Amino acid sequence: MVPDKMTVYDVVIVGAGPAGLAAAIEASKRGARTLVVDENGKPGGQLFKQIHKFFGSHEHRAGVRGYEIGRQLLDDAEKTGVSTWLDSAVHGLFENRVAVLREGRQKTVQAAKIIIATGASENAVAFPGSTLPGVMGAGAIQTMINVHRVLPGKRFVMLGSGNVGLIVSYQLLQAGAEVLAVVEALPAIGGYGVHAAKIRRAGVPILVGTTITRAFGDGRLEGVTLGSVASGGKVAAGSERTLAADTVGLAVGLTPLAELAWMAGCEFVFSPKLGGHVPLHDENMRTTLPDIYVAGDITGVEEASTAMEEGRLAGIAAAGSLGLVDSSSAEIDKSAVRRRIETLRSGPFGEGRRTAKAEILSKWAQG
Amino acid sequence: MRVEKHPVLGDREVGRLVAVRVDGREIVAVEGEPIAAALLAQGIRVMRKTPRFGEPRGIFCGIGRCTDCIMTVDGVPNVRTCVTPVREGMVITSNLQEEIKHGPR
Repeated sequence: MVPDKMTVYDVVIVGAGPAGLAAAIEASKRGARTLVVDENGKPGGQLFKQIHKFFGSHEHRAGVRGYEIGRQLLDDAEKTGVSTWLDSAVHGLFENRVAVLREGRQKTVQAAKIIIATGASENAVAFPGSTLPGVMGAGAIQTMINVHRVLPGKRFVMLGSGNVGLIVSYQLLQAGAEVLAVVEALPAIGGYGVHAAKIRRAGVPILVGTTITRAFGDGRLEGVTLGSVASGGKVAAGSERTLAADTVGLAVGLTPLAELAWMAGCEFVFSPKLGGHVPLHDENMRTTLPDIYVAGDITGVEEASTAMEEGRLAGIAAAGSLGLVDSSSAEIDKSAVRRRIETLRSGPFGEGRRTAKAEILSKWAQG
Repeated sequence: MRVEKHPVLGDREVGRLVAVRVDGREIVAVEGEPIAAALLAQGIRVMRKTPRFGEPRGIFCGIGRCTDCIMTVDGVPNVRTCVTPVREGMVITSNLQEEIKHGPR
């Protein structure tokens, strides 16, 4: 393939989800020529399937539904003059060059600063029968019912009681499906009480200390066997029973999509609480490579609200490092964002993430 | 099955309906929706079988990463149906009718 003439931008952002769009808006607002590249046909990342109201305070757009926040971001990105390439896959980062496959052609974009905001992907879990059609990611179910308005099955079992498992179970009920049970191997429900209460009120049992031991069916899922988790993680003898589910949702966590940061040569930290290996970064979201920033789930799996704030931080920092804003005004803007991020990580549910993030910053400080 | 009515999102807005062929059978799909959504709406859940052991596979991740849902579209093999939009007249084939050519290694 013959490469096109080089395109030049101040800031190139990989990923048009909440973090990437928020980063683009802040960078562009401060005068940076900004390009967002996304492999999908539509921008917004996973925001448009999030039909529930967000939590947090007023300044975090609490009470606003995910897709409304998505529309607002797209609107702001357009108003601030952000360029967007959709259906365009970034497959390589080479110092300040971004390699993109676009319309079947190889394009290279020159970028003074790069912000990687590629998000995360859902984890799979293996059990006998877990590859049968009908066993799928909870996020995939959510996209099907809320974005494409298609129910992938009729009778669901959800594995995992974190917020994703609870929210998608409730949204399945809203879409007219039956949810037979939410199954949780740990002894307690993982997600927020309000989400758990909503599905319990609707009559869906949340079975803690329980797991799926196998899925079965002739060519497609016809049922699952559940078992109680005894001490040592073994299934208690005689505890197995079956449910006639035709679809299983797996809501067992996410892993940061960090391939581009690995490829570029960023240093990494292993943080189980944040979903695995994440690029080491400072309080400006800058990685160990001075021209590469990260924001959103790639820096540790959290929520869309946090992803947007991290995106803003990276966008302001990137524009600041290019000398587009004076450093004192950039500092003021960044401290406001950092204060809001702290609020999002406050309370008992934020504690694990707060501690894990603080560890990353202290590792950075140790050099 | 389509989600026609929804307490938050309201009634489904039906886009332009187009015909596509799936393993020789004509189905009606919404233009621009992912091929996988069109198949699921018709109750088609098995998108391929694995070449070595003939095990069925369907949509898993829905974001174009796992490749479990790949099919042949207009003669192009290994198309990720969860992220490929429907166009009028598409010819979509699984490998369900093919012989398994590769025995165990």
